[in-house]
Amino acid sequence: MTARQRTTVIAGACLAVSMSACVLLLRRLDRIRPQATAEDALYIDSPQIVKRASLGFNGLMACIYWTRTVQYFGHRHFDRARSYNELAPLLEITTALDPHLFPAYQFGASFLAPMPPNGAGEPERAIRLMQYGIDHNPDNWQLYYNLGFVYYTELKDYKKASEIFARGSQIPNAHPFMKVMAARMAENSGDLTTARMLWSATFQTSKLRDIRENALAHLRAIQVDEDVSNLQAAVTRFGERTGRLPASMSELVAAEHLPGIPADPDGQPYEMTKEGLVLVGNPDDFPFITRGTPPGYKPSALPKFHTHL
Amino acid sequence: MNARIVHIASNTFREAVRDRVLYNLIAFALLLSGAAVIVGQISIDIERLVVVNLGLTAVSLFGVVIAIFIGIGLVSKEIEKRTLYTVLSRPVRRWEFIVGKFFGLAGTLVVNTFFMAIGVFGALLYVAHKFARPDASILVALYFIVLEFLIICALSLLFSSFSSPLLSAVFAFSLFVIGSFADDLRGFAGLTHGVTRWFATGAAYLIPNFSALNVISAVAHQQSLGAQLILENTAYALFYTAIALSGAVLVFERRNLK
Repeated sequence: MTARQRTTVIAGACLAVSMSACVLLLRRLDRIRPQATAEDALYIDSPQIVKRASLGFNGLMACIYWTRTVQYFGHRHFDRARSYNELAPLLEITTALDPHLFPAYQFGASFLAPMPPNGAGEPERAIRLMQYGIDHNPDNWQLYYNLGFVYYTELKDYKKASEIFARGSQIPNAHPFMKVMAARMAENSGDLTTARMLWSATFQTSKLRDIRENALAHLRAIQVDEDVSNLQAAVTRFGERTGRLPASMSELVAAEHLPGIPADPDGQPYEMTKEGLVLVGNPDDFPFITRGTPPGYKPSALPKFHTHL
Repeated sequence: MNARIVHIASNTFREAVRDRVLYNLIAFALLLSGAAVIVGQISIDIERLVVVNLGLTAVSLFGVVIAIFIGIGLVSKEIEKRTLYTVLSRPVRRWEFIVGKFFGLAGTLVVNTFFMAIGVFGALLYVAHKFARPDASILVALYFIVLEFLIICALSLLFSSFSSPLLSAVFAFSLFVIGSFADDLRGFAGLTHGVTRWFATGAAYLIPNFSALNVISAVAHQQSLGAQLILENTAYALFYTAIALSGAVLVFERRNLK
């Protein structure tokens, strides 16, 4: 081996060893300071400053901030955090950088509006975000749809939701269901049929996999809520008729002349406690259910989504 | 174009290639292919936007850096190596030397942009699986980026004709940054009064308006760009380039090279 070859081999080996050592050390340091890599800090919270600093490359900066928003929400959601302090500023910066970035409005509203741990519990800021989106994209009926949705699901302000759907339905090329929604909200807003209609419309009109999965999860939860309500009503009727609770689900099925043991959308039979409470077999499979969970139930770290009803 | 300018331009292009300027294409390819694959996994519904935004931003920034750092050395390096004297001792006029250098650098950047454009369209095809009619406007954005390069090349040459490479780089880069805020500057000028307004408005019109040439966001959202914008931006860029190039020729013609 010549001197030159020897130097090459030694320098190459030194390079490889040093690089491996650096990676290993960084991994150890990350373990010592677990929060360091996902620090909950927004150093510049002014959308205007970020916009100026981007030197006109706003589009790329908006994509970077949107990715940061998704990562921030994902991390906090995974940890089942109760607060999302940086979420609204991140979304505001993203949309100020690129007011036409529709995913930031559509997903942003669904990150901001729901109560923790499903979201930040800031429906007012979600409304502000959507309003900003509508101001900058007045021809996009879907933004009206998303805004109406926030009024409907989070604020239960059916009158306002109806108004927003009606305004959105005036836009050329708006989906015909916007008019139906406006009428439905005005008449019969709080029932599960309206909710089912709304989520079905979301499922059918969106091409985005995540939005469709979310809509499907809500549709499954509505189905479970409806089943549990009906079964719970049957238990009450049974009690009023016989003066006691049904001993088992089979007894209830026989008394109510049901075709079989009722099951959730996954085919898992509903259960009944000694106290007459109707429960879902695996509540973790239905992240948005409001009924049928055992007392003191705490949802698992992340909701499971299904691709079928 | 006369043969002497063509010779100087082709030599400038060959020199840039020899200096491994086109190696930036490797970094560009890695950046774009990495982004195309990774962003789909860590973000939501912006794969196409990222490819267009990142691709065009990278084309622009890589080109600006090349234009400045090659441009500032075009004259000073020739003086330092004393090759300028050999060139000028032949029947070559000083203005031909400057114009030839300009076309050589502009040619290098056009070739560089051409290969990067192939990369952008390749990455776009990877994430979108097909091209849509509005994707054609990406070509307009690339054309505007090339116009931006022409202005920066000419400015770099202008600064290079009378200043040191370091100062030329500082001047050229500062003008690029200020030019990116051109619309804001004109807005600020409108808020002032009296003599200040005259000065502010004059300064706002004197600096190159790069913000008008930046249509990356519009193209990323598949918005169409009017023919008038293309025409007027072209005329503006060519006139501004002519201003800077004429300035460089004027300064260089009078420069004492002894």
